[in-house]
Amino acid sequence: MLMEGMAYFSSVKPVLLKTDALIFMLLAVIIAFGAYARGKAYLRAPWRKVFSSRTGMVAAVVIVFYGTVALLDSIHMREPLENKGHDGETFYSVEVISLLDLMLGPLKTQVEKTYSAPFATHLYAKETVELPDGSSARLYPRLEYGGAHLEDPQRDKGRDILLRSLSGAGAGLLAWVALGALFIWGMARRARASFSVTLKQILGGRTAIPWHMMLYTAGVFLVLIAVIASLAGHYHIFGTDKVGNDVLYQAIKSIRTALVIGTLTTLVMLPFALLFGIMAGYLRGWVDDVIQYLYTTLNSIPGILLIASAILMLQVYIDTHPDLFETDAARADMRLLFLCIILGVTSWTGLCRLLRGETMKMRAAEFVQAASAFGVRHSRIMSRHLLPNVMHIVLITVVLDFSGLVLAEAILSYVGVGVDPSMHSWGNMINGARLEMARDPMVWWSLLAAFVFMFILVLAANLFSDAVRDAFDPRTLSR
Amino acid sequence: MLAYIARRLLYAVPILIGVNLITFMLFFIVNTPDDMARMHLGMKHVTPQAIEKWKAERGYDKPLLYNEEAQGLSTFTDTIFFQKSVRLFAFDFGLSDDGRDIGHDIYQRMWPSLAIAVPILVFGLLTNITVAMLLAFFRATYIDVTGVIMLVALMSISSLFYIIGGQYVIGKLLHLVPISGYDSGMNALKFIVLPVLVALLYGIGSGGRWYRTIFLEEIGKDYVRTARAKGLSERLVLFRHVLKNAMIPILTGVVVLLPLLFMGSLILESFFGIPGLGSYVIDAIQAQDFAIVRSMVFVGSVLYIIGLILTDISYTLVDPRIRLS
Repeated sequence: MLMEGMAYFSSVKPVLLKTDALIFMLLAVIIAFGAYARGKAYLRAPWRKVFSSRTGMVAAVVIVFYGTVALLDSIHMREPLENKGHDGETFYSVEVISLLDLMLGPLKTQVEKTYSAPFATHLYAKETVELPDGSSARLYPRLEYGGAHLEDPQRDKGRDILLRSLSGAGAGLLAWVALGALFIWGMARRARASFSVTLKQILGGRTAIPWHMMLYTAGVFLVLIAVIASLAGHYHIFGTDKVGNDVLYQAIKSIRTALVIGTLTTLVMLPFALLFGIMAGYLRGWVDDVIQYLYTTLNSIPGILLIASAILMLQVYIDTHPDLFETDAARADMRLLFLCIILGVTSWTGLCRLLRGETMKMRAAEFVQAASAFGVRHSRIMSRHLLPNVMHIVLITVVLDFSGLVLAEAILSYVGVGVDPSMHSWGNMINGARLEMARDPMVWWSLLAAFVFMFILVLAANLFSDAVRDAFDPRTLSR
Repeated sequence: MLAYIARRLLYAVPILIGVNLITFMLFFIVNTPDDMARMHLGMKHVTPQAIEKWKAERGYDKPLLYNEEAQGLSTFTDTIFFQKSVRLFAFDFGLSDDGRDIGHDIYQRMWPSLAIAVPILVFGLLTNITVAMLLAFFRATYIDVTGVIMLVALMSISSLFYIIGGQYVIGKLLHLVPISGYDSGMNALKFIVLPVLVALLYGIGSGGRWYRTIFLEEIGKDYVRTARAKGLSERLVLFRHVLKNAMIPILTGVVVLLPLLFMGSLILESFFGIPGLGSYVIDAIQAQDFAIVRSMVFVGSVLYIIGLILTDISYTLVDPRIRLS
């Protein structure tokens, strides 16, 4: 098993898309910041407050689950093709797949002919089928994969689904108990307490960090994943779309797109907002005038129009230079990255204005006056004395913006200026399903899947951002 | 006051020039008119003659910034920059890429946009303030906590869900109003109800929560303690004192939106088939009609700047402590 895996991974050609690189960079930044914050008491205090918030930590567990999926989906590769070139040279498939695709396995490959409802065993549309006796009839044909193992779907389907979900739930529960016990054992070792004492403390909610809530959330997720895993190989849980692709697979693949837009956009805009905001607030004078002019101008262009114009222009550029991109995935990735940049351009102005105001207030503070009396250079005052003192604003804005950006992606894709149509995203799913509303019976499952996945992520992000704001916003601290 | 407004208007000129330069760069320098022509005529099998013809018909065959062949002043005026971008300052939008008069289109489509945007603003303010007042009245009770959680849940749902759900439940299942479309005069009413309802429901989440924090901030102030100390009931304190003072940040926050009401709502209008400026933009984007997008960018910036000036003026009107200088 291990050897097979090693052989497989040594045969594929790793692909590092631009957004992959940025995602891993972001992850490194977060880890580095965490290590840095551990050593600073003034940073530890507000974070401890975040960690002690129940809703905040439940939301954090949800976000970690989504983030893990996105990370797995960011390790890309191209599989080698069977037939080699003349001189033994290996060719690689033009299709870029990710680690997540390998894990989802059957979800990606089990493609039906067209629409089918969730848990259906028959196709959505009637087809002319040849019967065994040679005549032909118009009927709903059986699905190729969904419920294909059932002899008589009408009789066996309900029982089969129930049994599979029960066994899945059991497996999930077992995994949760095992992992939870391992976690509590680790905690007990760290605290040098006995297992049963730690167990009682954690389950009774008497710990500083609400571990019991986090464990329960993780349990719900583990059981859900196990149930889905035991069903997904045999049914299409969220049905299939127009060309027969599994909707659940699309919804899961869309997670990465949403997280990329939610996080990379702020990563892209952050350096500009920080530099310009602090410079304008500290240096004042003509620098302030120029920067104010810059962000008023950018702000006065209606955001969606600026995005639309920029994306239209990019599309013209991509279409006239097809030779720049090796694969379709690289092309779609380029558009995703550009979308992040242009969204960043339209959204940095708000943060910049906040930072400018805060820096202006702090400019008169004693510690800045003292630093400049000691002859500290402007650049050093800005980077060492002002920057750390505005980081709470940055953090609050970044976390607050996240959910808005995820929602914006769906709308932009609907307008036709979002991510590439070939890329999986909730916006594209909604856009594709919207046209099928008028069908009877209605094709609702794509919409449902996209909205449910999006709702859980955005709700978690909103709750988490509330916890962060409560902990870091000085205005709420006094209350 | 007048001097201040005049100065602000003058200050708007360099901003509009900046907007104009950005759009010009986006539309003509990043991609040449040749690229646009090829895009419109289809990517393959386009003869150079067809491209030249397409450009000549729309006036894109001139040099970008400087015309060497022309004489005198027309070295600058007979260029794409002057013809297409500078003329916007006189609100002369010219023709769209498929030959329609953009200025006329904008005037025509302004009214349906306003017909939806104004009720959304007015009723939205009313519902949001009511919800926020209720939550502030029951602050720190279970009603408040559940209310806030519901608001967070409401604002975590995509606006597309409200639109599609509203169309399905009210339009398709209950047959109360038509799913989409528009009509002139009073007949428009039945087409307006659904989009307005959908927008209200979507707006409650963030609006109600935001106004609640404004109310809570006011409640913490000294004059409220004084009012309570002199024996006013909680209801009187809230409605007579807090509401009035909280209206200052609420109304001044709304003023900046007023001019932008003309722009309409992109998503609502295109989903409900309302022939306003929002759907005008979406149609232009989807048809890749750059002339319309360019004009609307300019109109939007002008309206935004007017909104900023109005906001500053409204501050002095509601709060005499602030003087414009």
